[in-house]
Amino acid sequence: MGKLMTQDKTIVVPGETLAEGMDYLPGNGTYRLGDKILAGKVGLICVEGRALKLIPLSGAYAPKRNDVIIAKVIDVAISGWRFDTNSAYSAMLSVKDATSEYIARGSNLTQYFDLGDYVTTKITNVTSQKLVDLTTKGPGLNKLRGGRVIKVNAYKVPRIIGKQGSMVSLIKNATGCKIIVGQNGLIWINGEPESEIIVVEAIKMIQGNSHIRGLTDMVKEFLEKKGCKTDAPAEAGATEKPSEKKFVKGESQ
Amino acid sequence: MNNNSKMNNDSKNHLIKSLEKGIRFDGRKLTDYRKVVVETGVSKNAEGSARVKFGDTEVVAGVKMMMEKPYPDTPEQGVIMVNAEFLPMASPEFESGPPGIDSIELSRVVDRGIRESKAIDLKKLCLKKGEKVWMVSIDICTINADGNLLDASALAALAALQNARFPEYVDDEVNYKKHTDEKLPMDKLPLPVTIHKIGNFFIVDPSREEEHGVEARLTITSTEKGIICALQKGGATLTNDEVAQMLELALEKSTELRKYF
Repeated sequence: MGKLMTQDKTIVVPGETLAEGMDYLPGNGTYRLGDKILAGKVGLICVEGRALKLIPLSGAYAPKRNDVIIAKVIDVAISGWRFDTNSAYSAMLSVKDATSEYIARGSNLTQYFDLGDYVTTKITNVTSQKLVDLTTKGPGLNKLRGGRVIKVNAYKVPRIIGKQGSMVSLIKNATGCKIIVGQNGLIWINGEPESEIIVVEAIKMIQGNSHIRGLTDMVKEFLEKKGCKTDAPAEAGATEKPSEKKFVKGESQ
Repeated sequence: MNNNSKMNNDSKNHLIKSLEKGIRFDGRKLTDYRKVVVETGVSKNAEGSARVKFGDTEVVAGVKMMMEKPYPDTPEQGVIMVNAEFLPMASPEFESGPPGIDSIELSRVVDRGIRESKAIDLKKLCLKKGEKVWMVSIDICTINADGNLLDASALAALAALQNARFPEYVDDEVNYKKHTDEKLPMDKLPLPVTIHKIGNFFIVDPSREEEHGVEARLTITSTEKGIICALQKGGATLTNDEVAQMLELALEKSTELRKYF
């Protein structure tokens, strides 16, 4: 009979034994060694029936299929672009996945995406060798003009977006800024200089207090103190759980 | 610098739009420094050392004194040397290997400020003409690069020099284990201030992000009395008027930085 060595919602460190025996199954962020299941990252453990899942608290972003990310062009190749994804792996966008427009062979690709441009893209595939493919075909996927990009911990992104995008729309409505949150921890902000600073502060606050209940109210209070109107109905934040999985991917403007 | 470190036009226009309103991306005004922290005596074995932080930018400077033979063309003068290295740990943009253009420029600008202002009386570093002089070597290590490494490094170098004490020297032998109370013969404080130009705006202490959008920069080293002792320009061209404005701003800012000593 397998034995659970930890409890639901406890914080574990890499290498910590989570369960013994074959009755439990290793999920995301955990792995099996012999007949034990060990944690592979720092995070909260989630026991769902027989499966053990780990919600990471920190670490670098790992590209995942169907994630909408904000990526930066680092190279223009013959038939596509190479992007920095804020992770250990760069990603490739080929011309045929970039636009449905006809592009003649040998034409100058920098007129679409140039070096240093930020683009919202979706990851179409991640191979076992960690080659990442991207697409910019789809709603809300395009080059980001103007604005600026800040970096946050990729694992705090669900909290920044909030339940059904509640948190990010709260900030958007209050400050009047356009915000796009990429799953890789890059956030694009465009608005008036003063409001942008408030947005950055609010996001830093969410990042630092992501474990606290009632975060939405806290952010609301903060925004009101900064002189923003927060009349738009926002979902109550008190019911948010850290195990919440259903978040809007790559909230669009 | 590689291509990845240049800001694209869209982002730059956005930055300029923000500067027009007198606000920078982190909420500072155009000519505000980030929080400056100066700590001295961070290394026990160095003759003098200092750690300087400008926001997230962090630099450690150390001073080592050796007894050496002087250069033949200056037999009665001591030697100062500045060496800087952009360590890969400080930024993903830095690579290991031989020093690059940026780190050589940095060490030369720091060196020039100290040398040309004649802040250290090199003749007083001579013990025996043509045979024995003190060699003061200043090493600058970048711990974290988040913009404005040059000003931070120079500040650290000066703080380390002020913090330095001569090691004991008896019977032709330097005893590094014991330090005397004697300080370096330093009577001036040549502080550099780098003014950066973005669009038509002048800023000081840029963050890494802002640095990528900088068109031109001018490093102005001045002493307490407002005497300009060294200049270093980088980037695009500057008009006479612009240089005059930059000089004025630099002198004003250097008095602000001086209070950390």
